Amino acid sequence: MTDNAVVAEGLVKHFGDVHALDGIDLTVARGQVVGLLGPNGAGKTTTVRILSTLLQPTAGRAEVAGFDVVRQPDQVRRAIGLTGQYAAVDEYLTGRENLRMFGDLYHLSPRYVKERSAELLEWFELTEAADRPAKTYSGGMRRRLDLAASLVAQPSILFLDEPTTGLDPRSRLGLWGVISNLVEQGTTVLLTTQYLEEADQLAQDIVVIDHGAVIAHGTAEQLKDQIGGDRLEVSVADPARVGDAIAALGGIGGGAVAEESRISMPVSGGSTVLVDAVRALDAQGIEVTDLLLRRPTLDDVFLALTGHAAEDDTPAPATGRGRRKDGAA
Amino acid sequence: MTTLTTAAPVSMSRPFYGWTLHDGLVVARRNLIQTVRVPELLFFSLVQPVIFVLLFAYVFGGAIPIPGDGAADAYRQYLMPGIFGQTVAFAAASSTVGLAEDMHKGLIDRFRSLPMSPPAVLIGRTFADAARQVLVLVVLTITGYVVGWRIDNGLLNAIWAYGLLLLFAYTVAWIGSWVGLYMPNPETANTAGLIWLFPLTFLSNAFVPINSLPGWLQTFAAWNPISALVLACRELFGNPTGIQPDYWPLQHAEAYTLISCTVLIVIFATLSVRRYRRTTSR
Repeated sequence: MTDNAVVAEGLVKHFGDVHALDGIDLTVARGQVVGLLGPNGAGKTTTVRILSTLLQPTAGRAEVAGFDVVRQPDQVRRAIGLTGQYAAVDEYLTGRENLRMFGDLYHLSPRYVKERSAELLEWFELTEAADRPAKTYSGGMRRRLDLAASLVAQPSILFLDEPTTGLDPRSRLGLWGVISNLVEQGTTVLLTTQYLEEADQLAQDIVVIDHGAVIAHGTAEQLKDQIGGDRLEVSVADPARVGDAIAALGGIGGGAVAEESRISMPVSGGSTVLVDAVRALDAQGIEVTDLLLRRPTLDDVFLALTGHAAEDDTPAPATGRGRRKDGAA
Repeated sequence: MTTLTTAAPVSMSRPFYGWTLHDGLVVARRNLIQTVRVPELLFFSLVQPVIFVLLFAYVFGGAIPIPGDGAADAYRQYLMPGIFGQTVAFAAASSTVGLAEDMHKGLIDRFRSLPMSPPAVLIGRTFADAARQVLVLVVLTITGYVVGWRIDNGLLNAIWAYGLLLLFAYTVAWIGSWVGLYMPNPETANTAGLIWLFPLTFLSNAFVPINSLPGWLQTFAAWNPISALVLACRELFGNPTGIQPDYWPLQHAEAYTLISCTVLIVIFATLSVRRYRRTTSR
């Protein structure tokens, strides 16, 4: 046995001509939370599906809980819980019936399943709704039930594939709380997300992937340091003058990116930068509505690493890489 | 938020009938609960065959002569086993749509990530879809009695006929499952799940005598397992059968029904389980 809950080496997955994964290396230590971060179609879901034994890799190998995902799928399945992008619960069954069904399919004793279900329903604040069909649940409640279902057998490793996609901010916060709590109790979590904030909040270690390959790896702080220094953000009153503003700021630093009337650029030199920026813009008569200096976010990291924004859905379609394609092998 | 305190998971001991059947029954229970929770769907799935009975009995009834039987209500006696056969064949469509929906909602992904027996999801699905036909057959039998159809060959033979009908329902449910596992979404499954059933049920002796069909269609209809099923039911219920052209399946209707069902279950269960092991939601 190793101290790693998940080890993947050179995972490759082709769907016909589509190269969904191009050699992913990944390690998750026991008790750790690793965030797999990337835009739609980067290969996050494919990676999780291989690790949870749903797909076979074209090449490479992976071990989960010390078992090979291809040769020992049953042992892997006994050790993991999987929560996918959809709330995969039966909507005609009640919350309690759903948990009972999954408990039965894990071959757990009826008495244990009954106690565990009651406890999970309580913990996820679903006790009141426990005997109503899941059809009547809100989106947040379904996701909680979905997560509860993957916890019936107390898995030591949890795969969460975009657990909060489509949730309102309040439900998202609630789910983050639950996940943090599970981690405190020793569960290993591999979490995929396209929300940088989510990876920042939950994961100790972040693996950034794009086009089926790992492009960066480290803690949130390390990734931010990689792109260096602080960010200067300037909003100009007249969007037509964005070009002039970038030119005026040329003496302070390069690499500015503009989005409508907002300019963002990496800078070094602390707060004197702000004074210099105000002077330079004022000299050109450019009216500024907002000016601030901040630490880089993971959004900046992603933009710097890939050249496109993380939540931008448009890149990469030339080869048709996308999770919608995953099943169509 | 409190911490979870449940003791370590306790496994149940392996039941004497094995895990595959255990898991299959768990899934079947789930599918049957669905039926009860959506009474509208159940209601309309019962209304449809009743409408077929009424349409055929009163609209086509007078126009389709049954050779060898001159009685005025001969067509209704002839028709009912045909409607039984057609109705159970449509059990396939619910398997197709049900599996397409399970895939679409990510439930198949979840089932496949569990340490359960892989064929169980399909066994549960096909079993539940066939079991639902029991209720359909009861309602159809009552409707048949209302329009003048009668069981006329003893109770044991009738029970055997119902048994063959349920075996056939279970068989087509496997074919429907296999189709369902290839469906890109539930909407397509709604159409594709039904489309092959119309030619299959109409190119048979279900509604018209086979010898009224042109030559090559006659051959197809004679070897169509539905024809043998319907003919076997007519014989067992003691209803008029018409005159059978000289084809082996029609001379040995019960045997051919049993053989074709067995062969089809083996083929489509194998294909479906193989497909299921590789399928993911899309």
